[in-house]
Amino acid sequence: MRKGWGALGMTITEKILAAHAERDRVEPGELITVKVDMVLGNDITAPVAIDQFRKTGARTVFDPNKIALVPDHFVPNKDIKSALQCAKVKEFAREQGIPHYFEVGRMGIEHCLLPEQGLVRPGDVIIGADSHTCTYGALGAFATGVGSTDMAAAMTLGEIWLKVPESMKFVYYGKPRRWVYGKDLILYTIGQIGVDGAAYKAMEFCGESIENLSMDSRFTMANMAVEAGAKNGIIAADEVTLEYVRERAKGKCRVFESDPDANYSAVYEYDVSKIEPQVALPHLPDNVRPISEVGEVRIDQAVIGSCTNGRMEDLRAAAEVLRGRRVHPEVRLLVFPGTQQIYLQAIREGLVEIFVEAGAAISTPTCGPCLGGHMGVLAEGEKAIATTNRNFVGRMGHPKSEVYLSNAAVAAASAVKGRIASPEEL
Amino acid sequence: MAIKGRVWKFGDHVDTDAIIPARYLHTSDPAELAKHCMEDADPRFAGQVQHGDIIVGGRNFGCGSSREHAPIAIKAAGVSCVIAASFARIFFRNALNVGLPILESPEAARQIEPGDLVEVFLGEGLIRNVTRGEEYHAAPLPEFMQRIVDCGGIINYVRQRIQDRG
Ligand code: SF4
Repeated sequence: MRKGWGALGMTITEKILAAHAERDRVEPGELITVKVDMVLGNDITAPVAIDQFRKTGARTVFDPNKIALVPDHFVPNKDIKSALQCAKVKEFAREQGIPHYFEVGRMGIEHCLLPEQGLVRPGDVIIGADSHTCTYGALGAFATGVGSTDMAAAMTLGEIWLKVPESMKFVYYGKPRRWVYGKDLILYTIGQIGVDGAAYKAMEFCGESIENLSMDSRFTMANMAVEAGAKNGIIAADEVTLEYVRERAKGKCRVFESDPDANYSAVYEYDVSKIEPQVALPHLPDNVRPISEVGEVRIDQAVIGSCTNGRMEDLRAAAEVLRGRRVHPEVRLLVFPGTQQIYLQAIREGLVEIFVEAGAAISTPTCGPCLGGHMGVLAEGEKAIATTNRNFVGRMGHPKSEVYLSNAAVAAASAVKGRIASPEEL
Repeated sequence: MAIKGRVWKFGDHVDTDAIIPARYLHTSDPAELAKHCMEDADPRFAGQVQHGDIIVGGRNFGCGSSREHAPIAIKAAGVSCVIAASFARIFFRNALNVGLPILESPEAARQIEPGDLVEVFLGEGLIRNVTRGEEYHAAPLPEFMQRIVDCGGIINYVRQRIQDRG
């Protein structure tokens, strides 16, 4: 198609938004209304959304098949209040005939679960009342987090208003070193641009290193786009994506890619071969150092899991480090598979046995420790290394506890050493 | 409409875990949330905040989780308005949606000191520092967002749309 005079090409984010606004093109800064393919809520955000939904006067949601309700934060119910919140979500799902409601025992952490269940696809627009909804950008979709009221509006109308974001392009080239994963690339990037370095923008990840990255590592990268303030993170769908989606998703995928003359507010290029495993020190995800410069930090707890790093690649990396080794006597190692399917796969591959023999505790999928909810809360003065995405003050428990963020191999090595350590040291 | 209040000042990147820690999110009752508002940023806040007080933050106020409980807690604590150099995007949307007035003004965020008495004229985007005799200006809301605010939030807007459909 010929473009008009002076018209620049579009980025993948702009193309997906334009398609969902039923327009030929959109410009950054424009306020548009887009149709949504999936609306997501969890046990913290959905109860508030349900109350708001009631106030709209609507009796039914726009399309029960396009809503996913995943109680995952305080499940298995940690106390009576949590139980009440989850019961409210379950009741709503039943009342509205929402098939994609996931009960303990068949569930997973929402951002591991939705892609696995084939509920999000390349080219989709996904709105979730959870900030890490941006994870699905790894599939070449536009996905962004909103609050409960926006979720309620989207459940009612099947659409949402958005400001078209400017895009920033991040190009990665070179071969990654041993023990370097998507987590390290994204931590490094956030360390470079800061926690508001991509505020309100789209972060587009591309380049040969991304093309060679596993789907699991891609999810990790898109997941943490919000830690740089971004509206969405996105990676164009390629063979790796389509192979992942083919086995899972129903319905059609729409593959978009950025035009060569698309407009970016900034372009960054990183040589991956120079990047070591990265660690984010307390109390912001941009307080990042290469592992060799972290120094002596003794830890009380190591957490492997979450929507950032609770997938097979992470569990395999951790098992590789832990095989035949023991967790340090003064450390608790908690392993949280992202979904029941991942849990089962880890059992089949013998990973769970390796973890238990090493002295780790394995949990059913839950957000639990990631947000200091339950199943691994830190005491005053305790330090943890975690494969999660946030290390804010009090994130994992007491306001005077500390969280360090890393990939799964580093977390496992640290659990063995009793201090933050590289797998190379073992 | 003018808002007048005493200022609680915070730094850059005040995250939603600091505004309302996740450990209290097993409820969404505004009064319960208000009891723990800003707890991990300043434990004195919830006990001492007065009705009408104003929060002034730095850059990226409200970053982190999407929890709408954050602006709900601030509003329920009696805070009349949040002024910041910039807001994280989900917090910005949530504040509009729950009817918590917010103003973006890097100048105000820089100049205002803790405890200052500040007057805010929302319609004009004018911030008057009574203590220091200074005035600052905030960027007005884009028209579309102002319409949502004028409707009384997105829920009223949606209700209107549903009625129009018949
Ligand atoms: S694992 Fe952590 S970051 Fe991910 S959805 Fe759960 S609480 Fe949020």
